[in-house]
Amino acid sequence: MSEKIQRKKLQISKGFIYVLLAIAAFLSIFPLYWMFVMATNHNSAINSVPPAFIPGKELVTNFSNVLNTIDFFGAMWNSFVVSTITTIGVLFLCSLAGFAFAKFQFKGKNVLFLLILITMMIPPQLGLIPQYFIITELGWLNDYKAIIIPGLIDAFGIFWMRQYISSNVPDELMDAARIDGCSNFRVYWNITVPVIIPAFATLAIIKFMYVWNDFLWPLVVLREQASQTIQVALRLLIDNYVRDNGMILSGTFWATVPLIIIFIFLNRLFIQSLTEGAIKS
Amino acid sequence: MEQANKAIHTEPDWTPPGKPNRPNKTRKSFFTEKRKEALSGYLYVSPFFILFMVFGLFPILFSFYLGFQQWNGIGGFGSMEFIGLQNFKWILTDPIFWKSLLNTLIIWVLGTIPQLIIGIILAYALNSVLIKMKTFFRVSIFLPYVTSTVAVAIVFGIIFNSQEFGLINVIFGIFGFDPVSWETSEWGVKIAISTMVFWRWIGYNTIIYLAGLQGIPKELYEAAEIDGATVKQKIQFITIPMIRPIIILTVFTSTIGALQLFTEPMIFLGRGAREEGITVVLYLYREAFSNLAFGPASAAAIILFIIIMILTSINVFVANRIGK
Repeated sequence: MSEKIQRKKLQISKGFIYVLLAIAAFLSIFPLYWMFVMATNHNSAINSVPPAFIPGKELVTNFSNVLNTIDFFGAMWNSFVVSTITTIGVLFLCSLAGFAFAKFQFKGKNVLFLLILITMMIPPQLGLIPQYFIITELGWLNDYKAIIIPGLIDAFGIFWMRQYISSNVPDELMDAARIDGCSNFRVYWNITVPVIIPAFATLAIIKFMYVWNDFLWPLVVLREQASQTIQVALRLLIDNYVRDNGMILSGTFWATVPLIIIFIFLNRLFIQSLTEGAIKS
Repeated sequence: MEQANKAIHTEPDWTPPGKPNRPNKTRKSFFTEKRKEALSGYLYVSPFFILFMVFGLFPILFSFYLGFQQWNGIGGFGSMEFIGLQNFKWILTDPIFWKSLLNTLIIWVLGTIPQLIIGIILAYALNSVLIKMKTFFRVSIFLPYVTSTVAVAIVFGIIFNSQEFGLINVIFGIFGFDPVSWETSEWGVKIAISTMVFWRWIGYNTIIYLAGLQGIPKELYEAAEIDGATVKQKIQFITIPMIRPIIILTVFTSTIGALQLFTEPMIFLGRGAREEGITVVLYLYREAFSNLAFGPASAAAIILFIIIMILTSINVFVANRIGK
């Protein structure tokens, strides 16, 4: 008798949990679906009551309107180049510094590491205005360098790499390599790098997403259209007096799709990387 | 072999050909292994510090300097003029600056607190043993986080259109409510911006809570069940205390994030940056790059910095107390 009640209770709570999760999943996906719906409909179908809820036939027209308004592929390329180079640079510099902090003995090591941790607490907007003038003085306005070089500063990356290297690269392996005559850099390059590939993957995802999605800094230093990243370029779509929502969302949708496809294929790695980083620090 | 033969002729101290002839580093040179290691250490960590000096530390110090100067950036660095606390006075008597602080606070409360509560509930649901299709739910809930902030702001800008064909207003219409002017009304703007923050970050925080929940030993729940604890009691006495550090972490990060809110109001409000939704960073940006008032903008940056530092200290204090 009581078992029957308990099973019924279990059934109810199970149903409740499914409904809850289904609503959450629906609300998470719907705006993305709707983005696609609007990207394929004419502005008049969007601006009517009720608005369109199923995909229309204007996919090509809307996208060619995007191409007439902004240099979509150019901006995507800029974003890709800037994000990729920054990410590779960060992987190299952070793992090198993390390696030194984890495995080398030198005076002031702990103080230096503490300083790096402290820099993480400073809000990036504090130096925004002088940073803009530095970039101007260097002649880097509208240049990839304006994003890439400051982007190489990554305190979290060094912290992350140090933690990973200290617990995953055995000292014995390093000592053995040294006895064989490996220089310090070769110990890093030949012994450490192959062992820390998982840490590279995590940091790469975090960094790439961050640079790809960043808006404020590129908005400040990339003034010319030819140099703009996709996030800055998307803003130009909504900056017109006549708002063509079909065109606007077509640009937004196609700018969003690549990252979403990569995410769906690598979802486990993505979710793990992006949240693990937050928890560990 | 050839090399070894050569060595016989050139090197005074000869080693048998079986063993490779390697110079003994520790003996002769100034660079002992230890010194070499230290040198490499400094070399490997130096890029961070050099770059940080140029693009981090110097700009921060310069911001503090600029906060006390009058400067429009046009006449070169020579045209700066020291004006004491005038910029701070100017900022602190500007009603729009106070408005931006208040807006930031309201959007933070509206966007963060429901998010964290619902995040815990969703994490609890996802952690339930009963559930199948876990990957599907996890991936869909996390999907918004992969969408860029600009894209989120554009889509929700259209969903929260003030006209009656705006999606939210259509839904309101179904339930017999009048359309709301989301883009211009005092609360409409804030609710719209908070919704964007909520939608993009809820999945992220859910997954973080989920990681926390999975770290709780199952035996605790089993023991509670034997003692006849209800679901509510289990949440109250086991779950919440066990994931308290993670709750503090998320409150902390979302507070800092909310104080730096820029993209959503910038995209949603357009060039005008309407008062109803202006945030501190948007205020700073507008003062600097639209009005070329670099002095007041720097003063605003300094005030923002002080607020964030105070909140960080409070957080560290609270975390330490609860941690003990």
